[in-house]
Amino acid sequence: MSQIHVSTTINGDATEFLCEPDETLLDALRDRLGLTGSKEGCGTGDCGACSVTVNGRLVCSCLMLAAEAEDAEVTTIEGMAEGEALHPLQRKFIEHAALQCGICTPGILVAAKALLEQNPAPTETEARYWLAGNLCRCTGYDKIIRAVMDAAAEMRGEMRRAS
Amino acid sequence: MVKVAIWGSLREATEGAAEVEVEAANLRQLLDGLAERHPAIRPQIERGVSVSIDGLIFNDSWFQPVSPDSEVVLLPRIVGG
Amino acid sequence: MALDDKLGVKDRTFKIVGTRPNRPDGIDKVTGRARFGADMNAPGMLTGHVLRSPHPHARIRAIDTSKAEALPGVKAVITAKDFGHVPDDMADVLDHCLAGDKVLYDGHGVAAIAAVSPAVAKQALKLIDVDYEVLPHVTDVDAAMKPDAPVIREAGGDETVPDGMSKNAMHRFEFGHGDPETGFGEADLVIERSFRTEAAHQGYIEPNACLATLAPDGQAELWCCTQGHYAVRDMCAAILGLDKGMLRVTASEIGGGFGGKTTVFIEPIALMLSKKTGRPVKMVMTRDEVFRASGPTASTSSDVKIGMTKDGTITGAFAEFRYQGGAYPGSPVEFGAMACFAPYDLKHVKTVGWDVVTNRPKQAAYRAPGAPMAAFATESVIDELCQKLGLDPVETRLKNAASEGTKSAYGPTFPQIGVKATLEAAKAHPHYAAPLGPNQGRGVATGFWFNFGGNTCVSLNVNADGTVSLTEGNPDIGGSRASMTMMAAEELGIPYDRIRTVIADTGSLGLNDVTDGSRVTFAVGLSTIKAARDAIRVMCERAAMVWGIDPDAVEWEDGHAKPAGPNAGQFPPMSLAEIAAQASNTGGPIAGHHEVNAEGAGVSFATHLVDSEVDPETGAVKTLRYTVFQDAGKAVHPSYVEGQFQGGAVQGIGWALNEEYIYGEDGKLQNAGFLDYRVPVASDLPMIDTVILEIPNPGHPYGVRGVGETSIVPPLAAIANSVSNAAGVRLTDIPMSPPKVLEAIDAAG
Repeated sequence: MSQIHVSTTINGDATEFLCEPDETLLDALRDRLGLTGSKEGCGTGDCGACSVTVNGRLVCSCLMLAAEAEDAEVTTIEGMAEGEALHPLQRKFIEHAALQCGICTPGILVAAKALLEQNPAPTETEARYWLAGNLCRCTGYDKIIRAVMDAAAEMRGEMRRAS
Repeated sequence: MVKVAIWGSLREATEGAAEVEVEAANLRQLLDGLAERHPAIRPQIERGVSVSIDGLIFNDSWFQPVSPDSEVVLLPRIVGG
Repeated sequence: MALDDKLGVKDRTFKIVGTRPNRPDGIDKVTGRARFGADMNAPGMLTGHVLRSPHPHARIRAIDTSKAEALPGVKAVITAKDFGHVPDDMADVLDHCLAGDKVLYDGHGVAAIAAVSPAVAKQALKLIDVDYEVLPHVTDVDAAMKPDAPVIREAGGDETVPDGMSKNAMHRFEFGHGDPETGFGEADLVIERSFRTEAAHQGYIEPNACLATLAPDGQAELWCCTQGHYAVRDMCAAILGLDKGMLRVTASEIGGGFGGKTTVFIEPIALMLSKKTGRPVKMVMTRDEVFRASGPTASTSSDVKIGMTKDGTITGAFAEFRYQGGAYPGSPVEFGAMACFAPYDLKHVKTVGWDVVTNRPKQAAYRAPGAPMAAFATESVIDELCQKLGLDPVETRLKNAASEGTKSAYGPTFPQIGVKATLEAAKAHPHYAAPLGPNQGRGVATGFWFNFGGNTCVSLNVNADGTVSLTEGNPDIGGSRASMTMMAAEELGIPYDRIRTVIADTGSLGLNDVTDGSRVTFAVGLSTIKAARDAIRVMCERAAMVWGIDPDAVEWEDGHAKPAGPNAGQFPPMSLAEIAAQASNTGGPIAGHHEVNAEGAGVSFATHLVDSEVDPETGAVKTLRYTVFQDAGKAVHPSYVEGQFQGGAVQGIGWALNEEYIYGEDGKLQNAGFLDYRVPVASDLPMIDTVILEIPNPGHPYGVRGVGETSIVPPLAAIANSVSNAAGVRLTDIPMSPPKVLEAIDAAG
């Protein structure tokens, strides 16, 4: 089998790579492009550690073929901060101690950003259900949910802090 | 003499005694003395033990002092996750 | 090592300890830059993969690797035989990585391949011919205890196992004092019940991964995700016959461990493959491999009998536990048997523990290993006694609670402890008085864990610009770099952001025990404080030189050296930065260090309150409200202490309600993935409230106790007790999955 040539856009940059026909987008990101921020926790779409957006839609990059990224707009955790400025979600995760080991953090941040783009004022329940596809084994989710709600409030221009 | 409390299943090695006495001024002498006076304890000491001295757990410190007034309790070696 | 004698911790006002600064590795972790186990590559590296047994128990008659070796792109194929003889204490460790004469569980490693790509490796694995003689198997702990059970290890148990027992019983423990039968005679009510808990996996999200290079001169490099890179070094060096000093192990950022990453699974294999090929070898376990071949915790079966008077006094307590720890001896049954009654002051108490082997992967430590399952059984019976005698479960526990001077159920007399404080706090909390709706119930349970100290090295270098580099050797799983930085800043009297803490490789510091046993904030913290004091001593000497006075006449306050009194001389205080800037002129670089085998870790207690709602139609249990009350000694960074409380509680909730290893009649694991092994997700849970209590540990300068493990001990029982109060049924089988709850409700009519 010969490799497939893929032209795509990743975090705003035009990118080309070669991949195997059965190679996942996650493997291409990690092993061919050096974007190791997306993690493989399961390889079966159950843990969400590999979450990226493709044309604005949240996907598990372990469940998508790299070849399917042709002409797509892919964003990963590496594209979340703008230069020196962290995204409010990234800042709030640090402030709220919303990570312990940090392995699930990139996927959860990507998923949470996708949530707030669709729904800038989620309820706690909505946030919990949106993030139900992202496993965190360390935190019990409490501080993650608080950080997401606080970031959402800040992004809406409400400067209140979640307790 | 220091009194050493022996846990239930280890009393097979001390002829049923729940407490044995050993001449010892520190932890090393205590463990050596135990193994000498009660050779049947030796396999467990080799598998690993912790020693509670006055309520604090010690694992390795040979020269931790013990005295006749100390409460000394032999325990299976404490580990964690 | 005493509680701070100089200042008296109770009177000490902390400036930094107890605040909540941002963690130093925060930006790396939220931007994807932090490098975990699988994130490292090397030029020319190969990929390593393991062939695993499809049988739960079989003799290996022969392995033919010739076809695999002939496949283009395959660079080496190895089996256990390639390792030759290993030291006795490493035999089981290697056998668990790659089987010897027999495979002992579904998923047991048989051979390993290094190849140029995963695709080639997968093809090659299929070309290895293994001739198996399939043997009868047993995966259930009670079945394995039967005298006619299939024998897993011919040698059988040790001297503690009576004759005539199954050869699968490896060891028997017994603890306690008094005579429970006498105690039962004094009781108004005696309840006897049997319990079972299924195995849970630590469920870390990052699969085990490593990158190994072993050169012909015996020098080796290993990068891996582990809770203890020194332990990995020592195990790998022993298994491969390497010199410890020649094998440098670097710990990656670690994506969760919870006890599961305290041993080796693939690291010796990667080193051997690198040795054979002369190239770096990277190995990453799949999730399926993590479930099938790395350590879950033990599954258990137990019998508990407790007697109580009408006024709530426990008169006698007995418990017998059977823990299977997979195909190798060493289940944590003794810790369950020692910990379960530790919260109480009992006159008559006895516990018995059996370590049992079955055809399952070797259990690995999991957060307070052995204690949650035992506490599930004993705390359930105490709760039932309270129900039947019409007693308040918190009051009753308080009435029986251990305190300073209590001879504990496992032997030692307790020093100052916090069990009563956790119960008093629970009693006074609004949660305990909050109203409940239909099908809702409240549960309470108390738990205990020993905690641990251990070997620790810390080095602290004062830089010429007044910044400080702190070097320690314990992988940071939950924010420990922040805590160490805080303790160093507190002691030195400089701002938190002037110190950077790094985790050293095994070549850069002496032995550091594994990040386990809730030891890091206690033992590494203690060493950090002592290292800082060592540097302060040097800085006071340097100031004394500059001032031309005696070093004893200099004291350290708020980050400055100053004359100790008017007699010492009139000199303006010199800051750390000023002393550091002159270091080259006063004798050279300034550093402090501390090496110790820290003993005297303080024990820890927690009480949990939980409200559950049971759906009578489906048997599903929903956790509505949860509050953790735990003694932290002193909370260095309260956010990360809360995080430990919350994380432990939620792991316990998952274990109580959903998580289990499911083995089929064929002895194969049926749910080796996160879809079917369901850990809690965000939508399953409420916020987890926490109350941090601070009863200082006399063994630490600031009073710190380990907090990481105790929080997983009470949840199993607390939830079972809440289900009992919500649905009127006593669940004795963990997990309390909907079918089991529904069956119990239907049976109760």
